Amino acid sequence: MLTKRIIPCLDIKDGRTVKGVNFVELRDAGDPVALAKLYSEQGADELVFLDITATVDKRKTLVDLVTQVAKEVRIPFTVGGGIGSVEDVYSLLAAGADKISINSAAVAQPELVDTLAREFGSQCVVVAIDSRQMDGIDWVHTHGGRKATSLQTRAWAKELADRGAGEILLTSMDHDGTKAGFALELTAAISGALTIPVIASGGAGTMVHFKEVFTSGKADAALAASIFHFKEIGIPELKMYLSDEGVVVRN
Amino acid sequence: MKVALIKYNAGNVQSVRYALERLGVDAELTDDSEKIRSADRVIFPGQGEASSAMSYLKERKLDQVIREIKQPFLGVCLGLQLLCTHTEENDTTCLGIFPVKVKRFVPSASGQEKVPHVGWNSLENLVKNPLLKDLPDSKFMYYVHSYFAELGEHTLATTSYIQEFTAILHRDNFWAIQAHPEKSSVFGEKLLENFLALPSSSPQIY
Repeated sequence: MLTKRIIPCLDIKDGRTVKGVNFVELRDAGDPVALAKLYSEQGADELVFLDITATVDKRKTLVDLVTQVAKEVRIPFTVGGGIGSVEDVYSLLAAGADKISINSAAVAQPELVDTLAREFGSQCVVVAIDSRQMDGIDWVHTHGGRKATSLQTRAWAKELADRGAGEILLTSMDHDGTKAGFALELTAAISGALTIPVIASGGAGTMVHFKEVFTSGKADAALAASIFHFKEIGIPELKMYLSDEGVVVRN
Repeated sequence: MKVALIKYNAGNVQSVRYALERLGVDAELTDDSEKIRSADRVIFPGQGEASSAMSYLKERKLDQVIREIKQPFLGVCLGLQLLCTHTEENDTTCLGIFPVKVKRFVPSASGQEKVPHVGWNSLENLVKNPLLKDLPDSKFMYYVHSYFAELGEHTLATTSYIQEFTAILHRDNFWAIQAHPEKSSVFGEKLLENFLALPSSSPQIY
């Protein structure tokens, strides 16, 4: 049976993991390759690297990192953060990334999604949506959730799927960082309306939250960062728990 | 050991190369028919669209080279599909090594099973074979595909998604895997290791 996926997310700045990690097993917790390998050994199903570097050397540092990860990590990984052109995508895929994730660029030029899907295949095109609720309506935001757009989340997700996106990475900005659980209603609505997989993100705090997002949230995968980095939840125990609760996971 | 990775217009080749590197093998990415013919092992990776891949192979006469290969040969993902007789993807005639048809998944009526089939799924009904020797207990592989090979006499293992389909094929010196061993953690690595360890001599012994 196809399993539900657990995806740790690593924020990268200048080729290093940021936002803090707390791993005694690692001599250098800032090394994304070492952290990626550790997660992979612990049973993570995929990894996401989100680059937040602002410098002009950004692309080269990121390509170097992707090459290193591709050489050493034996599970699929996605790279996102500031990707805005076919050339960007080409260099990251050529370096060994399995998928790329775009966000603000898709809002700015939606036809980029069609182009990428045609050039590289839908399977490697993940489109991230940052959603925030205002007066009961879910709106797409860009620039790390700071900038509102005139797009509604559900309609936008549908449009992305129609344009050829392979997966949707849905982050609820209202839930992100709260550790109060994923946005179940929104995730279920989008997952139920689309024929492509939906990765839920934002709000993971307990193992129960993961179970909820896979059952009532209908998510195909769940992404989290700090709870894994700070070892509040270990991936092996999380998978054991989910399995006991009847959620099919890879053990 | 000389391992040739067939170069064609398919993605994900670099990942296969790195996976082989982790096993101590420096594979050569090539579309040179002589290099492919003289390699100890040939790997046909893939990700992409079937009809353009077949046209590319034909233009370079690699279709004939592949059919004549006598050493252990491994197709991966699209590589498996192209070794079958025909795929529904743009109604494409394939290489015909395996007398098997490739069809498109039809999403289940409930909408619960989406297409493409993306993620980790288990191998079942494994047949005894040198490729499947000493595998870890947890038999999950990473899949990304919208088309699948039907079951047939050369099926070595199956996977279930919407319906049961062929996960691994074997005939003479040809093996093929639908999932991505290069991305399937310890399990995929073991499959690649087994492939590299196959005896190089005549096909009949497999």
